[in-house]
Amino acid sequence: MLWQIVIGGIAVGSAYALIALAMVIIYKTSEVLNFAQGDMACLSTYVTFMLLHGYGFPFWVSLPLTLLFAFVLGACCEFLFLRRAKDPTVLGLIIMTLSLEMILFGLLSWKWGSDQRELPFPITSYDTFTIGSFYVSRLEVLTFVVALVMMALLFLFFRYTKTGIAIKATQLNRDSARLMGIRTNRILMGTWGLSSVVGAVAALLIAPASTLDPYMMWDPLLKGFSSAVLGGMTSLPGAAAGGYIVGIVENLFGTYVSIEFKSAVAFAIIVLILCIKPSGLLARHYVKKV
Amino acid sequence: MLKISNIETLYGKVYALRGVSMEVSQGQVVAILGPNGAGKTTLLKTVMGLIEDQPDKGTVEFLGRRIDRMEVEDIVRMGISCVPEGRDLFEELTVRENLLMGGYPRRDSNGVAQDIERVYTLFPVLKQRQRQWAGTLSGGEQQMVAIGRALMARPKMLFLDEPSLGLAPVMVRKIFQVIREIRDSGVTILLVEQNARMALNVADYAFVLENGRFVLEGTPSRLMQDEDVREFYLGIKSEVSVKGYQRYKRKKRWR
Ligand SMILES: Nc1ncnc2c1ncn2[C@@H]1O[C@H](COP(=O)(O)OP(=O)(O)O)[C@@H](O)[C@H]1O
Ligand SMILES: [Mg+2]
Repeated sequence: MLWQIVIGGIAVGSAYALIALAMVIIYKTSEVLNFAQGDMACLSTYVTFMLLHGYGFPFWVSLPLTLLFAFVLGACCEFLFLRRAKDPTVLGLIIMTLSLEMILFGLLSWKWGSDQRELPFPITSYDTFTIGSFYVSRLEVLTFVVALVMMALLFLFFRYTKTGIAIKATQLNRDSARLMGIRTNRILMGTWGLSSVVGAVAALLIAPASTLDPYMMWDPLLKGFSSAVLGGMTSLPGAAAGGYIVGIVENLFGTYVSIEFKSAVAFAIIVLILCIKPSGLLARHYVKKV
Repeated sequence: MLKISNIETLYGKVYALRGVSMEVSQGQVVAILGPNGAGKTTLLKTVMGLIEDQPDKGTVEFLGRRIDRMEVEDIVRMGISCVPEGRDLFEELTVRENLLMGGYPRRDSNGVAQDIERVYTLFPVLKQRQRQWAGTLSGGEQQMVAIGRALMARPKMLFLDEPSLGLAPVMVRKIFQVIREIRDSGVTILLVEQNARMALNVADYAFVLENGRFVLEGTPSRLMQDEDVREFYLGIKSEVSVKGYQRYKRKKRWR
């Protein structure tokens, strides 16, 4: 029983981990908490829905198109919206992403209404099988595997590609990066695009398990956010680990303590972390020598 | 090669540069001396385009093209590299990654790899440190990375902002030796220094900046004759009786 719950926690945790990664990728470059992350991802999922349902494209055409859309959407959000702010304060930036969130939410509600829809996804959460004595659904396995693959890709990208290193350079010292000839404005746009793609993948994995409506990503966004905080906001491995921890803890809490307060666990974690170790559990920042 | 005409730079409403003009020709080493807060860093930053909406007045030309108010990235890509004050490395990137970023605009990845090796021959210690985070290096090693990183772009002109700041004497000599090597390889150099003795030794021409203005300029041998430079920058004291008169003269000339 216990392990069954842990396995379920790891599966949802995978999706939280992806959202947390998406938030951290933006936070590290733009130093802003992107509260629009969820609705950006949600919009991308609706695009999949439209392509599958409306235009009748097969899934393997719709998926790359969706990811492309997500990238462009992220880049546009940065270019049309955040870039316009000159020397904004932290609070100002948060207000900006919150209003972006509201604009996107408005767009979703206006275009598709608040009807709940089913995303015609090739794999569902009802489709279960057993490993040993545990029940797992194909969707859970898929979520887990896709999250791992995404993490591996991100790791390789930031470690070995020139663009990935340039993103890190921009995150570390914007002026220095410009002095290297790195077009940091484009890097910023690209980072938003990348983050949006990661978020869209998370949403695509979440959608088949719930129903598609404009509120779909609210709850997962908050879980992803608390995962990111748990990992220290600036650490990609930390964010990933945070996602799994939040997923497992909330599943355990929901089963053994109180199902009603299950969602509050994420917030309890944020508060706890901010009190005990604000730098996050896995923050690996080196201390500057004076 | 670089021509600065009458530039004025403001931070908010405060003047940091009040009409600075200078010219640097191909192959020269030009030094800028001056006390803390004189505006030396501001001058380099203004030319690099790092200070937004500045210079307020005046023009900067590089290779005959106006570069004032151009984007930093484009100025760098035209062939000016900068070793900023305080080095400003990417502290959580490895030494090798820092050098790689120095060659970011280049498309020839083989050439970049070769040039990284060339930097390692210039500074052998960096080869041992190449997988370490740049922020964990000593001050002298960091300065080597900063210089190596700037060279990775194969610049036509190199700006150096107080490269000897905070370094041990041995390291200062090493850095100046490298500056000579860079000059000999044909790179034009604009060198900001407070170590006047070392700077005047390597320079072909020098300026003294105070309060946002050039107060003195000339060849190093001429500047070294100057009583004020001797007293204030080289620390060679004159006799007490003459000093009062010199102060008077100094005021008259510089205000
Ligand atoms: N970012 C800044 N904002 C406002 N004032 C500045 C800034 N940077 C430098 N200054 C001021 O401009 C003047 C010149 O500074 P700087 O160029 O750093 O001098 P130097 O490099 O010669 O020591 C100083 O009075 C300094 O206080
Ligand atoms: Mg300075």
